[in-house]
Amino acid sequence: MSTKLIDLQNITKSFDGNLVLDDMNLYIRENEFLTLLGPSGCGKTTTLRIMGGFETPDKGRVIFDGQDITSLAPNKRQLNTVFQKYALFTHMSVAENIAFGLRIRKKSEDYIRDKIKYALKLVNLEGFEDRTPDSLSGGQQQRIAIARAIVNEPKVLLLDEPLGALDLKLRQDMQYELIRLKNELGITFIYVTHDQEEALTMSDTIVVMNQGYIQQIGSPEDIYNEPQNAFVADFIGDSNIVNGTMIQDKLVEIFGVRFACVDTGFGNNNPVDVVIRPEDVELRLLPDIDSGDQEKYDEAVRKITRVNPGYFEGTVSHIIFKGMHYEIEVQSHGFEWLVLSTRMFPVGSRVLMSVDPFNIQIMNKPASEAEMAVTMDEHL
Amino acid sequence: MNKTLRKLLLGGPYMVWIAAFIIIPLFTVVYYGLTDKTGAFTVSNITAMGTPERLKALILSLILSLIATAICLIMSYPLALILTKMKTGATGFIVTIFIIPMWMNSLLRILAWQTLLERNGVINQILGALHLPKQYMINTPYAIALGMIYDFLPFMLLPIYNSLERIDPNVVNAAYDLGANRFQTFWKVIFPLSLPGVISGITMVFVPALTTFVISDFLGGSKVLLIGNVIEQQFTQVGNWNVGSGLSLVLMVFILISMAVMQHYDKDIGERTTIL
Repeated sequence: MSTKLIDLQNITKSFDGNLVLDDMNLYIRENEFLTLLGPSGCGKTTTLRIMGGFETPDKGRVIFDGQDITSLAPNKRQLNTVFQKYALFTHMSVAENIAFGLRIRKKSEDYIRDKIKYALKLVNLEGFEDRTPDSLSGGQQQRIAIARAIVNEPKVLLLDEPLGALDLKLRQDMQYELIRLKNELGITFIYVTHDQEEALTMSDTIVVMNQGYIQQIGSPEDIYNEPQNAFVADFIGDSNIVNGTMIQDKLVEIFGVRFACVDTGFGNNNPVDVVIRPEDVELRLLPDIDSGDQEKYDEAVRKITRVNPGYFEGTVSHIIFKGMHYEIEVQSHGFEWLVLSTRMFPVGSRVLMSVDPFNIQIMNKPASEAEMAVTMDEHL
Repeated sequence: MNKTLRKLLLGGPYMVWIAAFIIIPLFTVVYYGLTDKTGAFTVSNITAMGTPERLKALILSLILSLIATAICLIMSYPLALILTKMKTGATGFIVTIFIIPMWMNSLLRILAWQTLLERNGVINQILGALHLPKQYMINTPYAIALGMIYDFLPFMLLPIYNSLERIDPNVVNAAYDLGANRFQTFWKVIFPLSLPGVISGITMVFVPALTTFVISDFLGGSKVLLIGNVIEQQFTQVGNWNVGSGLSLVLMVFILISMAVMQHYDKDIGERTTIL
């Protein structure tokens, strides 16, 4: 395992009596693409600003490369930030923007000229030297902001929702750009976003945060497939989160129906949260019960229960075509299930819903936010 | 057809306004300035500025308004900087304090200064009570400069404050982030970005200060004449509109030159910062 480049120890920060970060511990390894993910107000931007030096924690220490930099000024830190909404110097040309940090460090003009050229090439904006920031599109401005930061050869690049102001297509393009940049530069990226898709696409490690606490740390696959609590499950992708009772190991009861699952160690007859991803619900069309075609009905049930004894009956209440799939809402047991399916089910039709045991995630019900918090050490 | 009619109706009042209050008065001044009493063309009204008395008034006006503008700038900029750093509530309070005098009649404010500075005015009475020598303050260029500064300070403060307020805090953070210290961040980022405010502040103080006759009337008495007083006398006392207009045209040229210089600086911001 590579070394800890940044180590946040027991960071606590509040603004005007509002606790934003509570005793947070987190470390970032060298050369990692780490994403701080969470809804607004979860403390992710504050965490980034503490690393950048724009906020000082009330308690705790920031260790960078073995040195305590908790109260070091931002201009003395070996990291650079790409700010929300670019924060370019509008009174300077593109070249002057990029040269800003280098001129401060009194680099030679030859060196600066080469660096500007290199950086513009890296962000695919060759020949833009003499343009002004105002004449550039949002995506181009964002690239200049990145170029301005990376010419200083920081060990860490902090990115504060850099793609937030861009439209969807451009955002996707920039995600691949960022991954490429990260690989070419070979430096650590710390990325803040509220967009779970962005986080899943780019990160090596995702830190899910909520209300000042870290909820889960892990690889994108871990976070998506094995959410540790209902918050993470809900925040990462769409989820059906329902109350259940763990009857015994590998058997859970939801709305009075028993389902086979693969989780163990939740005790017997314990209340739990059950998470089922919309794409994991299988739908089968039921013949209209009033038509009295009992035989067809029984056959449909038989087909499902061969694999898994548990199933729900429901009625399709809503269907939206999404291109690759349909997004379907099914009413069953007073709960609105979200289901993704490549097949079309007309509104009002009766369906059978089943789930593969492997796709049923069982989670303990959280007692409090603090209990939900985990530290990275626990997780690794 | 309908559209052009609507445009005409909407823009009409504005056009009438411009014609009635800007273009016609301006042409009237130009007409009077370039003709004599019989209506024949002449440049004698322009060259009338050449008398030693009038040149002295013009130069004194230029000097005093430059000094007043400079002092307003020196006083306003740090204050505006402090205001942008304060909490929202406190900022509003202090800005209001600076604006409240503007709600009062400008004549009244100048009269108040007259009462303060007079030979037997409030300040000299206090000095007398303290057995200190009386100061000769009224009817000096200093009194006029003081009046200008007092009268026009808010016009410098507000545009500078507005332009500083508009700077994205992250732009300032970006400068720190890229290694600049406080001094470098100020000179390379904050100050250049606030220049539009500084320039409009300078224009809004310099132009009225250059043309004022009220302040010099009350605080300069008849001892100190500014070019504004000279022009005013032509209209109100001598009754020679032609010479008055001619002198106004000369003054206008100085105002246009000062504004052109300001515009030039505004455009040069980008290049200037690399030199710094």
